[in-house]
Parts: sequence; C-alpha cells; structure tokens
Amino acid sequence: MEWFKRVTPGLEPQTKRELPDGLWIKCDNCGEILYKKELDRNLQVCTKCAFHFRMNSDQYIQLLADEDSFVEFNRHILPADPLKFKDTKKYSDRLRDAAAKTGLEEAVRTGRCQLSGMPIILVAMDFRFIGGSMGSVVGEKISRATDIAIQEQKPLVIISASGGARMQEGALSLMQMAKTSAKLALLSDAKLPYISILTDPTTGGVTASFSMLGDIILAEPGALIGFAGPRVIKQTIGQDLPEGFQRSEFLLTHGFVDVIVHRAEMKNHVAQILSYFAQPAAPGKKIRTAPKPRTAAVPVAKSAKSRTAAKGKKTRSTTERSPRENSADE
Amino acid sequence: MANFVLDFEKPILEIERRIAELREFSNSEDMELHKEIERLETKAQKLRLEVYSKLTRWQRVQLARHPNRPYTLDYIDNMMTDFIELHGDRAFGDDPAIVAGIGKIDGIPVTLIGHQKARDTREKIRRNFGMPHPEGYRKALRVMRLAARFNRPIICLIDTPGAYPGLGAEERGQAEAIARNLFEMAHLPVPIIIVIIGEGASGGALGIGVGDRILMMENTWFSVITPEGCAAILYRNSANAPQAAEAMRVTPPDLLELKVIDRILPEPPGGAHNDHVAAAHIVKKAILDELAQLGQLKGEELVLQRVAKYAQMGVWSE
Ligand SMILES: [Zn+2]
Repeated sequence: MEWFKRVTPGLEPQTKRELPDGLWIKCDNCGEILYKKELDRNLQVCTKCAFHFRMNSDQYIQLLADEDSFVEFNRHILPADPLKFKDTKKYSDRLRDAAAKTGLEEAVRTGRCQLSGMPIILVAMDFRFIGGSMGSVVGEKISRATDIAIQEQKPLVIISASGGARMQEGALSLMQMAKTSAKLALLSDAKLPYISILTDPTTGGVTASFSMLGDIILAEPGALIGFAGPRVIKQTIGQDLPEGFQRSEFLLTHGFVDVIVHRAEMKNHVAQILSYFAQPAAPGKKIRTAPKPRTAAVPVAKSAKSRTAAKGKKTRSTTERSPRENSADE
Repeated sequence: MANFVLDFEKPILEIERRIAELREFSNSEDMELHKEIERLETKAQKLRLEVYSKLTRWQRVQLARHPNRPYTLDYIDNMMTDFIELHGDRAFGDDPAIVAGIGKIDGIPVTLIGHQKARDTREKIRRNFGMPHPEGYRKALRVMRLAARFNRPIICLIDTPGAYPGLGAEERGQAEAIARNLFEMAHLPVPIIIVIIGEGASGGALGIGVGDRILMMENTWFSVITPEGCAAILYRNSANAPQAAEAMRVTPPDLLELKVIDRILPEPPGGAHNDHVAAAHIVKKAILDELAQLGQLKGEELVLQRVAKYAQMGVWSE
C-alpha cells in the first residue's frame, strides 16, 4: 500500500515551494509543478505522485468535521513560561512569535463536532506552532478533551502532528506524557473508543504517549512516525538509515499501525470505524452485557490548588472546573 | 571500583588523603599529630558542606553520572532479601538494561524494577549503558501486572540516559512500549513508588516512572531530554550542556518546586557513591515510610489519586 516514495528526509520543515507568481507550487517529492488551486482542491495531495503535503489544524478540522459543526473549547488555556527559559532566544518570545505567525494560542485545538452526523470530541495538533511540541497547555487541553469525552460519552479522535515534548518546559513537558496517557486509561475503562490519526511528523514524547494508544491507529501515507528522530538514530548507530525507515508503511509492516489511509478517504474510514463501535449489539442474538463504565465521572483532586504562573497570572488546574465550565468560552 | 574523581571533589579528597597518610604514620602518643588530624577532619567536613551546598545544576548532573554511584543491583543487594530476577518479555527477548524481579524489603514482598548501568566496559555494553529497548519496557510491564494480580507493591528505580535510539528499537516499537507502560501504570491498583537514583532522561525514564510517589535522591537529575540533547538542538552544540541543564532546571529542588516530585532523599556525606550501604538504607527507609501510607488505600482509591496527581502537573494560565 505505497502510493509513493517520499524523498524528503527527516523532520526538516516541509517547504511548499511556491513559485514567484504565487499560483504554482513545486512538489517536494516528484518535482511536478502544481497549480495551487488544484492542490487545494485535492486536499494538499500531489495530483501526480500522491505525496501528502502537511496540513494545519484548520485544514484537518475541515477534513473531518461536518460543515460548520466544529465548536472549539478551552481556547483560553494559554502557555506560561514556568522555567523562565532562555536559550538563544527567550521562550516567552518564541511563544509570542509563534502566536503572531500562526494566529494560534498553542499547538493543539480541541472541540466538539459532528463527523458524518456522529458527535465526537476532536483534537487537532498544529505543527506550525513550535513544531507541534507538547508542553503544559497541549497536555492540559488533551486531558480536558478526554475528560469531556468521558463525561459526554463520546468517542475521541486525535490528529497528531508533533516533533515531541517541548524542551522549554523541561520535566513539566515530560509529565504531560504521563498525564494524557492516564486520562486515556480512564477513557478506556469507560469503554469509549479512541481513534488516533498519525500525520507527518509524529515523533518523540507525543508518539510515546497518546499517539500510540489509539484503540485504532490510522496513519497518512508516508508520514514520519517514530520515537527517536532520524538524525539522532543516525548519529547513534553511525550508519545511514534504510529507505522508508520510520515511515507509515514501515510501522504498518512492523505491526504498529492498523491502516494507512489516503487523506481523501480519511473521513469515511473514521466514520465507518466509529459507526462500528457505536452500533448496538445485533438484535436477536443474546450478548452478554458489558459491565457499566466504572468511571463515568471524572475524579476530582481534592488537593488541586491554583498556581501562579509567570507574570503572576492566576492559573488553575483542570479539576477545579466542570467540563460545562470548560466549554464556557465557546 | 576504579578511582574516579570529579573536579569539584578534588580538594576534599586531597585533605582526606592527607588525613589517611598522617594516620598511617602516627603512633598513638603523638598528640601533635592527633591535633593535626582533627583539624584536617574539621576542615574536610566544612569544605564538603560548602561544596555540596552550592553545587551547580551541571555538577549535580555529573554526580548523578558518577561511575561509582550505586546502581539498581547495588540497591537490591543492600536493601532486599530473597530477590529473584525475572527475565524476558515473553515475546522477543530479555533486555539487560532493565532489571525486574521479586523479593522482600524488611519482610514485605515487593516487585522491584530498575534501569541497570554497569562499571566495566564489557558489562556496560551488555547493559547498553542503561538504555532500554522495547522488550525491557514490556518485561517491566509483564512483571508489574503480575504484582498487581497478587496485590504486591511495585518499586521502580530510575537511572537512564534515555531509551535507546536505534534501528531495532524503532522496528519493535519503542514509542508504543513506553506509551503502553504509561497507560497501564496509571491504573494498576497497587502502590507504585518511583525513586530516581541517578539519571532520569525523557520517555526512557518515564516508561517505568509513573507512580503514586516520586522520590529523588539528592544528587540526581530528571528532565524531558539530556542536557546534551537539549543543547544540541537549541544551541546547535552539545558543549552547551551546562547551560541547558540550568535552563531546563533539572535538579531535585527545581522539580520539588515545580511539583513534579514529592520528596528529596538526602545522600550520605559526599554523595551516594561514597557509601552504597548508607545510600541503600536511606532509600529503604523512604520506601517503607511511603508503603505504610499507601498501604492504607484501596486499589481504586490509589488509581483515582494517581490519575489526579498527574492531572495537576503542568503550569499554564487561564
Ligand atoms: Zn508529487
């Protein structure tokens, strides 16, 4: 199931080579000159070689959610700079620049929507915002989205696109891996389906937490998916990496992806899978009823305290607000 | 153990060497020499306090990597009885970078899992420098599930520079193995105590590092990536590791302040590498304390508390 061979290496930013007049784009993979409008119509997939260009969260929401059905929640959760981190650039400046460049508050968007008429909780990461990296806000928004899925008894769909955990928040970023995975354990206990969609790239701490925990894992063709980045592996083993290493097809071969799905087919696939899980047991046959979900309610941490983030802004943790309140910003 | 001395340890060790020399040549009647020895001992003590009270974050990282530091098997030797190591993930193989087994601490049956580093070259290679493959995490999970079935507490000792970034590791699903452990450890209905005994780097550490209590030895570090890895990416030069260690705030006091860990365990004078037995005693006592508290809770309560504990982690504004 290989539509094409991707020749661009690793985690390098995918550059859509726009030609000077702005109407044409050169395909990174096959070199074909593509009419921009044609590429837009074709869901950012090369009409000649089926190379999947990266898409942003808007485009993915449009791809999966029924028209005008997506209602975002928790946009008001904003990044802080708990470590006062500075390398060659201040983290606070990086955040501000990323926000200005993308119009996003963070690297993930979460909300309710309909998918082919079925209500779901949808999470879409956005690689443009600091490489889609996961810090406290990404972890918190995904955790709350999972809480809401449990509370409203809805399936969860997460589209991953990330270079991994965000270094600028140190161990706090690392702990988001445990946090999101722990919430998914509750979702699983509540017998609600979670579909994980892997896009280019999905690596590091994101792959090693919620991305790989889907009940069903779908991947776009040719996406880079792995734990360690190709450059680190190459350096460690001191040899070139085999062709196709860490691509979707490689993961399928090794048993870590259920289905590779062409972008044009993605919505249909997700809908079909969701309807399988949603359908009541076949009539006439006696089926042992499953025990009631153990954790319909979200556990409340008694010790949850508000914390003070950078600049003395009041911060609070998820457990202080009910999911209803969470969506107050809609 | 080979003699290995960090730069900032040198002045202290120099005085200690003088003391040893004087002791050797002094006879019991020589009061002058006795006085000199006493004076030097006070001086060494003062210097040690001074040096260790203002270690930089990078110096702390170096101590965490000290080759004479006790490793998982040293702790097992010094704080457990009747330990039986269990091998293999029942699917692919056995990963020597992770030790797992059953035994007793003060008569209490527990399951213990830990990263394993080594001191001599051959053994280092066999243990892969404490960098696990997927089968290591899957072995750990198998043994943890066994513990949960028989209601045995789980102790995890963390000491790794990271999960191994190699071809086989990726082929066999390093990311899936770690993710699965995070997911399963979140809802195992028995007490899980994590002790960071050396290095705690990234998902490689976290893969056996989710629990009810997270304790950290005094001279250790824990973060999302190694200081070298962070420096290589953000400064484009791994030589900037000391700055990266500062920027990421990787030491126990930092992480206590950020509410990532629960408790810091003080080490014997001069660090755990100076006294393995005393270090193990400190860890053993802390484990017993925590077990006494966690033992009061039912499995379901433990799980809810654990999930809530992680749910609070992170800093954001809203
Ligand atoms: Zn093409």
